[in-house]
Amino acid sequence: MINKKKKTCGVNYDQYIYRKVLTIVILVILTFLTALFAISAGSADIPVIEVLKALFGLGAEKNVLVTVNIRLPRILMAIVGGIGLAAAGCVMQSILKNPLASSSTLGISQGASFGAAIAITFLGGGAVMGNTADAVTVNNPYLTSICAFIASMFVTFVILGLSKARKASPETMILAGVALSSLFAGATALLQYFSSDVQMAAIVFWTFGDLGRASMQNIQVAATVTTGALIYFMFNRWNYNALECGEHTATGLGVNVSRVRLIGMTVASLTAATIVSFVGIINFIGLIAPHIMRRFVGNDYRYLLPASALMGALMLLISDTFARLIISPVILPIGAITSFLGAPLFLYLIFKGVSHNAEN
Amino acid sequence: MLKIDALEFGYRSNCKILDRIEFDVANGECVAILGNNGAGKSTMLKCLNKIIAPQKGRVVVNEVDILRMTRLDIAKNTAYVAQKSEGSQITAYDAILLGRKPYIKLAPKKEDYEIVEKIIESMGLEQFSLRYIDELSGGELQKVMIARALAQEPKVLLLDEPTSCLDLKNQLEVLKLIQNITKEKEIAVVIVIHDLNLALRYCDRFLFLKDSEIFCYGGLDIMTSENIGAVYQVPVVVESYQNQKVVIPLT
Repeated sequence: MINKKKKTCGVNYDQYIYRKVLTIVILVILTFLTALFAISAGSADIPVIEVLKALFGLGAEKNVLVTVNIRLPRILMAIVGGIGLAAAGCVMQSILKNPLASSSTLGISQGASFGAAIAITFLGGGAVMGNTADAVTVNNPYLTSICAFIASMFVTFVILGLSKARKASPETMILAGVALSSLFAGATALLQYFSSDVQMAAIVFWTFGDLGRASMQNIQVAATVTTGALIYFMFNRWNYNALECGEHTATGLGVNVSRVRLIGMTVASLTAATIVSFVGIINFIGLIAPHIMRRFVGNDYRYLLPASALMGALMLLISDTFARLIISPVILPIGAITSFLGAPLFLYLIFKGVSHNAEN
Repeated sequence: MLKIDALEFGYRSNCKILDRIEFDVANGECVAILGNNGAGKSTMLKCLNKIIAPQKGRVVVNEVDILRMTRLDIAKNTAYVAQKSEGSQITAYDAILLGRKPYIKLAPKKEDYEIVEKIIESMGLEQFSLRYIDELSGGELQKVMIARALAQEPKVLLLDEPTSCLDLKNQLEVLKLIQNITKEKEIAVVIVIHDLNLALRYCDRFLFLKDSEIFCYGGLDIMTSENIGAVYQVPVVVESYQNQKVVIPLT
């Protein structure tokens, strides 16, 4: 690459890049190890070696059943969902130049809740009394997911439409998102008010978020959308870096700022909407994972994007494992756990002031 | 060679910010754009590389109208340094590397890194090249932004009040740097500047904007108390001190 002997500021640029790459490698290893632990831990404890056998269809039939049919989809959804939500949040924060931008602050999650509430209340996606683990379940998850997706994409297109009229300014996008978020939260509350007890319980249950409700087909769809989005985001990493120096500077560097903003917002929203419509509301991952990684790798999107995506996967895996194990066999709502575990961690990082100086 | 031909711009059709702007800048020449606040200096600069698209006119660089080029090609011909650069947690090195963005396809090549290293070395930025730009002083950040613009290898360099937030020492350092770059790289430089004495010291030609139009354009000979007084509505005298013209306000 560059001259290995050349030293700037007493630190070699290669060393500086090496530290960022190392951070990403550590995150990959941590995610893999956490996934392995998560798949082996639960009310039926299965040793890691048995888990590995079961993944290849070997070993006891019960272990294969629990590992492949129950836990593997959950773990895969945690990884795909975490990657998608965190990458989408990371890009939204860049293109909107706002540290609070994420799918939950821009109304996408609230739109999904409203869509799910419509499906449950009016379209027969309603609720039936459930079994041992869940008091209430949604009996037509496909319909609910489709409605949630349509509503959240509707929010996205309204935001984009309004902001396009105002030259795609970040302020317009954020304010439109906040307004729509409030609108759909209110509409969902009204639907809950007029729905039956069982329907209301089902709506609340859906909004809690649950990785276990995603089928393998859901995961395939989410993985395809997330992979496509990640590839698109990585192609645009230099555009996001240019935006860090200001809109006019980015334009002077050849970036079509409006196009990058509109397409980036569409792809990020599509990813978040897909995941949320399959698993329900999962707050905070899209907001917090990029912020945590900014403290370790800075705002260079070449490294921030993959690092944030991996941090999202790791956080969602840890949160889900915590939710499953803490008062097993009851599974706590994942959306609450992500906020519950993420907020103190975030506050700790803010106040500890993890050094973000590239020279350190 | 930069040639601006009949440039017009207005935010509304009935309100022109720039009207019939015509001037040229030779390679290796630095032109100061002068005028009151709101005269359209910064707007004009942004029109020159289509950050703001002008309604009429041409901006010709080496016989080619850059307003007809793609944004990427414009970025290969002109570089723009904003009045106030935004700090971020990217290193000075990476901020300068961003100047290679118009040339980068998938990832920077060896030559991109070599160009960046050379600019860092020639501008003496080694001591803070691996610091985040939001930790740099105003002068250091401005130098990094100029270095980033140079990494674009432009034929025309556009600077919007590059010394507005700097102390005297940094003002002199940055303008000296720009003067040296203009001569060494043989590029055409257009600089929006408020300080008339700094303009007199470091620029080759001067363009006064008044009421959306060019009031006058030329060399040192147009820097008279009459012209300056008419543009700024402030009585001044232009004296000579050690073979250098200086403007002294009389109010």
